[in-house]
Amino acid sequence: MKKFLSRLTTFLLVATLVLGCMTGCNSSEKDTSKGDTANTSNSSNTKNVKIGLICLHDENSTYDLNFINSIETVKKNLGLSDDQVIIKKNIPESNECREAAYDLADRGCNIILADSFGHEPYILEAAAKYPNVQFCHSTGTLAHTEKKSNFHDAFASIYEGRYLAGIAAGMKLNEMINNGKITADQAVIGYIGAYTYAEVISGYTSFFLGARSVCPSATMKVQFTGSWYDETAEKEAANKLISDGCVLISQHADSMGAPTACENAGVPNISYNGSTQDACPNTFIVSSRIDWAPYYEYVIKSVMEGKEMAYDYVGSLADGSVKLTAVNTNAAAAGTQEAIDKAIEDLKAGKIHVFDTNNFTVGGSKLDSYLADVDTDDNYTPDTEVIKDGYFHESEYRSAPYFDLRIDGITTLNEMY
Amino acid sequence: MADTEHKVKEPLFHIAKRSSIVWWKAWLIRLGAILLALIVSGLVSFLLTKENPLRIYAVMIDGAFGTKRRLWSLGQNIAMLLCVSVAVAPAFKMKFWNIGAEGQVLAGGLASAACMILLGDSLPNPVLLLIMIVASIGAGALWGVIPAIFKARWNTNETLFTLMMNYIAIQLVSFFVYKFSVPKGSGQVGIINRTSHAGWLPVYFDMEYLLNIVVVLMITFVVYVYLNQTKHGYEISVVGESENTARYVGISVKKVIIRTMLVSGAICGMAGLLLVAGTDHTISRDTASGRGFTAIMVAWMAKFNPFFMILTSFLIVFLEKGATEISTEFGLNESFSEIITGIILFFIIGCEFFIQYSVKFRKKEVA
Repeated sequence: MKKFLSRLTTFLLVATLVLGCMTGCNSSEKDTSKGDTANTSNSSNTKNVKIGLICLHDENSTYDLNFINSIETVKKNLGLSDDQVIIKKNIPESNECREAAYDLADRGCNIILADSFGHEPYILEAAAKYPNVQFCHSTGTLAHTEKKSNFHDAFASIYEGRYLAGIAAGMKLNEMINNGKITADQAVIGYIGAYTYAEVISGYTSFFLGARSVCPSATMKVQFTGSWYDETAEKEAANKLISDGCVLISQHADSMGAPTACENAGVPNISYNGSTQDACPNTFIVSSRIDWAPYYEYVIKSVMEGKEMAYDYVGSLADGSVKLTAVNTNAAAAGTQEAIDKAIEDLKAGKIHVFDTNNFTVGGSKLDSYLADVDTDDNYTPDTEVIKDGYFHESEYRSAPYFDLRIDGITTLNEMY
Repeated sequence: MADTEHKVKEPLFHIAKRSSIVWWKAWLIRLGAILLALIVSGLVSFLLTKENPLRIYAVMIDGAFGTKRRLWSLGQNIAMLLCVSVAVAPAFKMKFWNIGAEGQVLAGGLASAACMILLGDSLPNPVLLLIMIVASIGAGALWGVIPAIFKARWNTNETLFTLMMNYIAIQLVSFFVYKFSVPKGSGQVGIINRTSHAGWLPVYFDMEYLLNIVVVLMITFVVYVYLNQTKHGYEISVVGESENTARYVGISVKKVIIRTMLVSGAICGMAGLLLVAGTDHTISRDTASGRGFTAIMVAWMAKFNPFFMILTSFLIVFLEKGATEISTEFGLNESFSEIITGIILFFIIGCEFFIQYSVKFRKKEVA
């Protein structure tokens, strides 16, 4: 009897929880639908597109949320209806990705987007099977050598965004030095990276160069987690870096682990993929992110008008693909926004280059030549000269980053991933 | 004294263990549970989506059976879950709590992936496939037999041991995935031998999942015969019923434990091979995708009968597919499909209680 009663109460408890959660979900659903009806007026020849987006995780990952927000923006801008956009979430990088792509094609999607690097080989297979569907994959490396008319890769010059975010970090370090909180030598940045992959290396190096451009004594420690999304590992890595004396943290991994750890410890954080200010009002400074909306709009318009698309698309500061969120004045140093705005102008005008070889050394010496592995192969063969005119040409020969140099001033703590 | 005895209040109802139950009554209870589950999950979905519950079920069925491709995908997923379930059954029947199937599948998968990567260019395909089969079955069996040897020799706790072996396998896979990753450092192996197809299991009649399904059905049949018609199978059930009885009739319990875990692990290794060489053509920590744990439920619900496991694994996969379809169709978070699956499993597993026990209500007292 007791047993039975306890089971009954458990069930009732679960039922109330379920009911409670439902009301929450409902309200957010309604918001988006309202937005849609307001915007459908300007739809003209948008009827012939149907878009499927494959996401590795769901809204709980800052990375995937950024993609979901981008497609929702485009949906609004172009006045697409609800049934013209299908989002498949939590699709792992396995056979399930191929199944998801096939299923979207079967549902009549003529544009299929995928958001994770590991989706690429499956998307490539799906592209071969459905020649009339356009497959656009973000962060991949194969399209520029595969040259298939319906398979495309895209990335953005996010190293410029990271550089700008780095300036905000440098300003904050200077503020701490001037306040006497730390000495110039103690200006150590902590960085949490997923893997020792070029995209991560390019990201933390450009961030560091941005910081050092305003705070010359800055150094950096990088801790890798071996996963793109591991909340516990990212939190632990942040805590470890903080206890090792890092006074400012940034990250390239997709959970809220590092920003939360920073908020708890009161250490300033430069975020990625979007603002984390709601969760971290006292420590969030600024975040760089790729806005995929300009690319998605380009893709959808190309299909609507029957135009050919680039194999490999690189978004930039100029086309609005590389963005910085608003600076959180509670945490940022005074004058941060102005410094960022000036650097944006200089980058756009080509007055400064992020990977200017005058600004970094490798093993103590300046580089004037470097062969990078731009065309992906199993043996990592270096194939393209990327240093010309005094700077490293990132994301020019392929959209996905290929800067993988270990520059002086940055210590990698665990290169096992 | 007599007075107080009289005043003991008989509860409204009490629960008594059934001595036996007619088969149709048991199935009636199960059917009732499924109906109840559908009503409750329909209600929950309705409150959540404001859609007609019947339409929600239609979407579920459509998600599982809607197109030819979905049917194949359903078949493939059932086959892989069934394969792991059939693999854990002998050990569970022996009351050896093997919760390490996930790791055994990964060990097998890693072995085949390593063969494909390291030997893909140098060996003719039939030889390579043969080596892969041996390697993955061997790796799975090894992963299974280590805890068994410790259990047999030193009576270690097999539940903890097999669980921990999972983590070792997962970390090994992570390590090698990083080592083999393309492009460098990305933590992704990508599709192995994408152009040469070396080490890929052959595709017959242009149906890529056919081979997996046929192989798993064969394994299911063999395991059924092994458990029910052979001396080994008999020994497994005796050890499961009572180790002392087994010892008394002269069965070497140690030998049975080790031998059975070799079989269990080997079949898991085979599942790893089918996943890596048959469908995924890559390896990652997600290759087994939790099947090692789901399989335990599948095997339990089927009472370790391999043929019933076809039914129970169908049920689980159908629920997964259907629930995923609901969340895609109605734009809900994936957690929603987990809620629905949870509700349905709650009823199905819960109803076993009412098959084992009967609820007896207080008889109306005559005044």
